Amino acid sequence: MFKRILLAVDGSEHADRAAEKAIGLAKLQGAGASVELVYVVDAKKSKSDVLKYGDSDTATYKRKEMLQVYEAKLFNKGIKSETTVLFGSPAETIIEHANDGKYDCLVMGSRGRNEFQTFVLGGVSHKVMKHVKAPVMLVK
Amino acid sequence: MSYAEKMKNEWFGNVKGDILSGVVVALALIPEAIAFSIIAGVDPMVGLYAAFCIAVVIAFVGGRPGMISGATGAMALLMITLVADHGLEYLLAATILTGIIQVLFGVFKLASVMKFVPRSVMIGFVNALAILIFMAQLQHFVGETWIMYMLVALTLAIIYVLPKFTKAVPSPLVAIVIVSAVAIFMNMGVRTVGDMGALPATLPMFALPNIPLTFETLMIILPYSLALAMVGLLESLLTASIVDDMTDTDSDKNKESRGQGVANMVTGCFGGMAGCAMIGQAVINVKSGGRGRLSSLVAGTVLMFLILVLGDLVVQIPMAALAGVMIMVSISTFDWGSVLNLHKIPKTDAIVMIVTVGTVVYTHDLSKGVFAGVLLSAIFFAAKISKVKVEKYVDKKAARITYQITGQLFFASVTELLEKVDFEGKADEVVIDLHNAHMWDDSAVGAIDKIESKFKARGVKVKIIGLNKESTDLMDRASGLSKASGH
Repeated sequence: MFKRILLAVDGSEHADRAAEKAIGLAKLQGAGASVELVYVVDAKKSKSDVLKYGDSDTATYKRKEMLQVYEAKLFNKGIKSETTVLFGSPAETIIEHANDGKYDCLVMGSRGRNEFQTFVLGGVSHKVMKHVKAPVMLVK
Repeated sequence: MSYAEKMKNEWFGNVKGDILSGVVVALALIPEAIAFSIIAGVDPMVGLYAAFCIAVVIAFVGGRPGMISGATGAMALLMITLVADHGLEYLLAATILTGIIQVLFGVFKLASVMKFVPRSVMIGFVNALAILIFMAQLQHFVGETWIMYMLVALTLAIIYVLPKFTKAVPSPLVAIVIVSAVAIFMNMGVRTVGDMGALPATLPMFALPNIPLTFETLMIILPYSLALAMVGLLESLLTASIVDDMTDTDSDKNKESRGQGVANMVTGCFGGMAGCAMIGQAVINVKSGGRGRLSSLVAGTVLMFLILVLGDLVVQIPMAALAGVMIMVSISTFDWGSVLNLHKIPKTDAIVMIVTVGTVVYTHDLSKGVFAGVLLSAIFFAAKISKVKVEKYVDKKAARITYQITGQLFFASVTELLEKVDFEGKADEVVIDLHNAHMWDDSAVGAIDKIESKFKARGVKVKIIGLNKESTDLMDRASGLSKASGH
């Protein structure tokens, strides 16, 4: 039932718990399930990362490091995975990517790293849930 | 990809996206260009000419396609005293000189010098800029009525609430249009852009600044030009890196330095004030779909066209609306994450950031803040690496003491080194083991010489072992020198 799982992550605690659930779902399927990790870099993130790490190359490297943690988790459980990094505003980009591919399920954390932003602009997860066609699992 | 193909792609690889985003940026540039002119103390036209000239020139000569440059707050803040003391013509001359300095910077490929500016200083720079832009708005509130406060509140409300419903039009623009309409139709009589200076509907004309070409003039403008050149490049290269990251592409930083220089030289000749890349506008451009050189060209020309056509309306924009937009600009310029995470970063980094911000807010000069931040970082760094470890091993039978020294020996660390060596100890021979040490300068050589001579004066033999090659070379050269000079 859940052969192709899309897992949206951002390095937050909620995303870590979402990864655990995605692993659980993939295990239900047994062999043959695969997880695609997706991470979206938006303008605010670009600005703060470049300020924090000095240049774009280092920022990219730091993101790869963050994603490797999830890749390792999946690898250790024997689940096939691939990683996609996209650029744009998080909600719209995830929705477009999820609806373009054939996924059986999208798993993500209910909140991201930036709670203040969620308060002002409305949550990414809310928009994603509304517009993604596949079943969406929001992990608290 | 050949050069021609690359250029074709940078210009015409994204025509539709670039034209649309260029129009959006043009609309967003107008209030900022006017507001920054007012900060600098010149007519609104000076900032608008700058935005037009710089955006158009950078489209052709810049190194980072998709980036937007124009009149900026960082640069405007540096010009205030020059304009107040000497007037517009000197500002134009300083702008041309700024361009020349920046071109030289690019020609000699000095973009990499920017790596000497630590990241905590860059964060302090951005935060200080945001605070100064905010503070510059406060003057517009002095002696105003509650009507003006209400208009500012209305502007901010529209800016922050509208995006929840639609993102098709930039909300600051909608705010300006609505607030201007309210002020005009209700005949509120609040202060407007027109009250701040002239806005003639004419294209910029070529004219060299009308100043005496003397050494004195040069001495007046040079300090300003140096500060402008440095701050302009700092913000431009930072913006270029952010655009690199947002678009996942690379850019030519030295070409960008040259381009910024050429743009400022041209601007100064056409009556515009010095400018640089704009983080906020570049982000708007990329978010609106802009990627290529065309976006900057469209932004500049549409801006000029709008001013020529709508100049009569632009002068009626209430200062309240402009102040509201600028408050939004300062809020989005500020790096909030750096403050929220202040307790998580190393203490020295936090201090450098705060000192940078403090210096800027106190002196109103971004270049002084950067200088103070860099200096303080250098001191912290020197303090960190100047920790030397000295271990003492006593061999009683042979009456020999071995000092094993670990660390970097240079001017900042030699005092500590000398304090840790015990010259009173009883021994026939002292061994100085430098296997884990590195000697960097004359002070290090001097310190080792001093240890040697002090022991020798007490009749103790001294042996120095474990010098690495560079340290040996340094010792040879230094002792050769002191011998030659007859010591």
